[in-house]
Amino acid sequence: MDAFKEFRLTRRGLLRAGAVSVAAVAAPEVAAAPTATGRPPSHASIKLRVNGKEQELTLDTRTTLLDALREHLRLTGPKKGCDHGQCGACTVIADGRRINSCLTLAVMRDGADITTIEGLGQPGHLHAMQAAFVKHDGYQCGYCTSGQICSAVATLDEIRQGVPSHVTTDLNIPPPLTAAELRERMSGNICRCGAYSNIVEAITEVAGSAT
Amino acid sequence: MKFEQPAGHNPIDQLKVVGRSTERIDGPLKTTGRAAYAYERHDVAPDAAYGYVLGAAIAKGRIEAMDLSVAQAAPGVLAIVTARNAGKLGKGRMNTAKLLGGPEIEHYHQAVAVVVAESFEQARAAAHLIRVRYARHKGSFDLAGTLDTAVKPGAQSDTAVGDFEAAYAAAPVTLDATYATPDHSHAMMEPHASVAIWNGDELTLWTSNQMIDWGRSDVARTLNLPREKVRLVSPFIGGGFGGKLFVRSDAVLAALGARAAKRPVKLALQRPLIFNNATHRPATIQRLRLGAGHDGRLTAIAHESWSGDLPGGGPETAVRQTRLLYAGANRLTRERLARLDLPEGNAMRAPGEAPGLMALEIAMDEMAEKLGMDPIEFRIVNDTQIDPEHPQRPFSQRELVRCLRNGADRFGWQQRNPKPASVRDGRWLVGIGVAAAFRNNLVRTSAARVRLSSDGGVTVETDMTDIGTGSYTIIAQTAAEMMGLPLEQVSVRLGDSRFPVSAGSGGQWGANSSTAGVYAACMKLREAVAARLGLDAATAHFADGRVSVGGRSLPLAQAARGGELVVEDQIEYGDLDERYQQSTFGAHFVEVGVDAATGEIRLRRMLAVCAAGRILNPLSARSQVIGAMTMGAGAALMEELAVDKRLGYFVNHDLAGYEVPVHADIPHQEVIFLDETDPISSPMKAKGVGELGICGVAAAVANAVYNATGVRVRRYPVTLDKLLDQLPEYT
Amino acid sequence: MRAFTYERAASPAAAAASAVRMANAKFVAGGTNLLDLMKLEIETPSHLIDVNNLALDTIDSMDDGGLRIGALVRNTDLAADARVRRDYPLLSRALVAGASGQLRNMATTAGNLLQRTRCPYFYDTNQPCNKRVPGSGCAAIGGVSRQHAVVGGSKACIATHPSDMAVAMRALDAVVETVAADGATRRIPIADFHRLPGDTPQIETTLKTGELITAVTLPAPIGGIQQYHKVRDRASYAFALVSVGLIVQRDGTGRVALGGVAHKPWRVEAADRELPHGAKAVAGKLFADAHPTEENAYKLTLAQRTLAALLADARA
Repeated sequence: MDAFKEFRLTRRGLLRAGAVSVAAVAAPEVAAAPTATGRPPSHASIKLRVNGKEQELTLDTRTTLLDALREHLRLTGPKKGCDHGQCGACTVIADGRRINSCLTLAVMRDGADITTIEGLGQPGHLHAMQAAFVKHDGYQCGYCTSGQICSAVATLDEIRQGVPSHVTTDLNIPPPLTAAELRERMSGNICRCGAYSNIVEAITEVAGSAT
Repeated sequence: MKFEQPAGHNPIDQLKVVGRSTERIDGPLKTTGRAAYAYERHDVAPDAAYGYVLGAAIAKGRIEAMDLSVAQAAPGVLAIVTARNAGKLGKGRMNTAKLLGGPEIEHYHQAVAVVVAESFEQARAAAHLIRVRYARHKGSFDLAGTLDTAVKPGAQSDTAVGDFEAAYAAAPVTLDATYATPDHSHAMMEPHASVAIWNGDELTLWTSNQMIDWGRSDVARTLNLPREKVRLVSPFIGGGFGGKLFVRSDAVLAALGARAAKRPVKLALQRPLIFNNATHRPATIQRLRLGAGHDGRLTAIAHESWSGDLPGGGPETAVRQTRLLYAGANRLTRERLARLDLPEGNAMRAPGEAPGLMALEIAMDEMAEKLGMDPIEFRIVNDTQIDPEHPQRPFSQRELVRCLRNGADRFGWQQRNPKPASVRDGRWLVGIGVAAAFRNNLVRTSAARVRLSSDGGVTVETDMTDIGTGSYTIIAQTAAEMMGLPLEQVSVRLGDSRFPVSAGSGGQWGANSSTAGVYAACMKLREAVAARLGLDAATAHFADGRVSVGGRSLPLAQAARGGELVVEDQIEYGDLDERYQQSTFGAHFVEVGVDAATGEIRLRRMLAVCAAGRILNPLSARSQVIGAMTMGAGAALMEELAVDKRLGYFVNHDLAGYEVPVHADIPHQEVIFLDETDPISSPMKAKGVGELGICGVAAAVANAVYNATGVRVRRYPVTLDKLLDQLPEYT
Repeated sequence: MRAFTYERAASPAAAAASAVRMANAKFVAGGTNLLDLMKLEIETPSHLIDVNNLALDTIDSMDDGGLRIGALVRNTDLAADARVRRDYPLLSRALVAGASGQLRNMATTAGNLLQRTRCPYFYDTNQPCNKRVPGSGCAAIGGVSRQHAVVGGSKACIATHPSDMAVAMRALDAVVETVAADGATRRIPIADFHRLPGDTPQIETTLKTGELITAVTLPAPIGGIQQYHKVRDRASYAFALVSVGLIVQRDGTGRVALGGVAHKPWRVEAADRELPHGAKAVAGKLFADAHPTEENAYKLTLAQRTLAALLADARA
């Protein structure tokens, strides 16, 4: 336990350093003094194919794909829950793969083929996954739902393509379609209302009917 | 309509529409991305400018200087509003801290400025160009360190029956244990968001608010406007859980920004700001003392709770359920409130009961073990059918025992090994836990307007909100049942302050009270219809789109042939909730696995059995319960706003740092509703379930962890670092 | 996010040259970490060089039996590659333990190595942080530090490296290949790629200005039982409290690398040598110079117990 004593001694050292750092921040009290004035925005023109429709946009380079969809194309199905890739509400399918549209710039997606929730189905003509969510009550407030459904559709593709997950036991055979696999793969889509149990039932039903 | 006597037989009892599992009528909109939330109202504000909020960089102190010049000159900036140029502002009755701070700073990330610009990108960039010089003041940030200075916050804060101290001293078996629950964040998926439009001196806010009428009043108070000049609209709300009960900075700053920029402004609080800018469930420290005889009957129950809040704030009422849940002749409760300069504490899903049961229901598990009793039997022995403080007040319904027994059968409780740390499944230590669920049933005045149109369809209008609870659907079910129509013939319009004032969504009162309001309005419509058709309202039968009396039968639509028939009424409550204690009950069962090596805790099974009056829509009510169970699982295993006690703020202020459960955390969940009606609650004979579902869950998890490992954790969340030292060595 | 100009690079060398020519330039590939930080103005580049069009997205078998993984290979594709799953299962396991399905579809091999810490004080521009603003202090020391480094830290910084993939790469002795503005290429052993914080926690790798990662190579497969256990409070989509990457051969020898404990993937060659003697002996070497805080001392126990469990599994 000599090593442990040593930690303690050093820890006191660290504590002292901590106190100094707090004092340091307490003294000047200027929050993040900006070094630059507002830089002029830079713009770029891009083409996107969104839900089968060609779109041309000229955007501030800072515009995320999510904001391009929501604010410029007025497709508000993809949601902004966190804007930092921490919730999955913004999930769309880009060139066949689900992504967080909040963490990609629209200019980086020039030429991409994007599917949003609006492109999957409409009221009266629901996609099978949308219908299953309604049937199993796989949503409550509805804010994460677009992302959940886009993610679910892409998840089933990923399983078909043999992409392994954290819970895949044998990496060298195709991953099985189990509730545990679905739960792990859907974990990038947070539902604070807690509809998870129902969502997994909805996806399972769609997966079963598709195979 | 005044509800003063227990409900007799009424049209709802037909249960042709009400009480049946019904897919949500707003489902197709929500699952296709067509439901437009507050920030998404391109339809009403196609030319909106964008607002971005700057939060205070310190927890407590003063703004000494603010330089807006660089930000103001930044590209696209239309206006910057701070406390200095906002004009005189009031404060909402429901708010503790100001929604626009300065020069005094009351808490970290309190809004100090809103930047309005042509684009979101420009507003965000310019907000980072505001220079602020602060003077930091000393604050109080550590609940545990302020217990000595905590005060008695209100008249109800101390209760006592009998002689607790004497009974406790005399009890042969006693428990004295202290528990801690951390600060929690609502973390609803839709950030607080608003679009503000001024038309002259009239303000319309498309916002995300659970309580339209409270919001309308508090916006008016904050902006010093007459109430009539303010309109709030919230048809879709991306979750609230109490976080959107009150007007928050998004609404006020959007309004101020729009006034300054002379443009509609839309604004959503950026996620990393929300955790400190908005409200949270306050942390508690709770001491439980229980005394019982060898027969397991409680003779002494004391529950004391300490929490903190900003000056003017209130306590977390964590002892309230302990006044009602178990029998016992000698009892006391105490609530104490400390001053903390952390962000504002306020209601979150089942305020009081949720954290209170996190402590009480572990204590009950500990006490059962001391007594050598089964934890379910121990609870059953101490059941009461009367308010223990007021023996003349019975419970309107109290099926706790049936919930426990029913759940025990369903969950396989008999197979539980009461000896901790004795069940193993490979590397997993397996345990089962139980807790009682309890949440009071509150009733509130609620109004609705119903319209019968010439095509025979009915439209309901009320300022009730649907925060994911399923209000749209149960209101449609209620009107369909009352008017004898299929569900498709009813449309429901919610969340607009132009509609009659409802109970709103909070305190799990929404479903019962708002549908009771619709019931009242529909009763009035039935009378108006009967009058138009020349039929006797008292004997008229409404079914299949027709109204029948004796042999006569006329189409309902005929009553509106001469023009739309519009009536409005409200449900008001008499003193039934004083004469009877109205509460909802349940039992939670949880099985956990704990990795014997790493201490990782994973849920394997969850069951809730609920007794909550008539279940209006079993499909959406079940969702309310599984959602609450999920939030309870988060409280048990991961949720904690980590306080930096030097700097005075919640450090983990984003959705990566503040962990809430993800799919992989939640196993299949089972919910059983006991077949119950409560005619004392309302004409609907329903009660709430949305908060009952969270009550007790975390304790059931903690008790299961104890059963799995023999390690008793009394400080939430129950994380592996609190187990490791006490688990057997692993080599 | 401050305004920036944007270009798409045509070749790796051109990208590197542009990064030197343009003031305050950054490469962007997946964007999953850079954009996150730009929104908070923790990163404030004036110019972004989008490297996504560079043909660096293939996984090629090498003559020595190893693999050359293009810098732009997405985490999903790397984890799903049949050769990786068969010959480097540790890498596949580590990748799928990280982030979410969506993020793995975006995140690249090079970007994953360059992830910045998730220290909440680094993420809050109101707080002192030597990594973000050199010389401003470290708020994590004496603050909320349950997730922070227990070994290899300094008085300036106790942040951890958040990557799972890099832990596997470290155990597999990967080599990072780069190109500089003048076209010169370099091979950096992964052990030398990430730095400890010392007095300059803002400098996280040994990359030079403008130097672009083009690939990561893996030596020929070494077989053995390969496991990756990531310990976290929630079951998925969370950063590691501790993670353990382990390769054990039949004779009990092997390699171990840890995530979540240090400013870089943590591997100590002397600890590898203790593997035949069990987890306690290994942990003794891994943590010979550990300096945990009160809040994160559990990581020492946790890492040892996790390793013990993996060793037991490997024996079974």
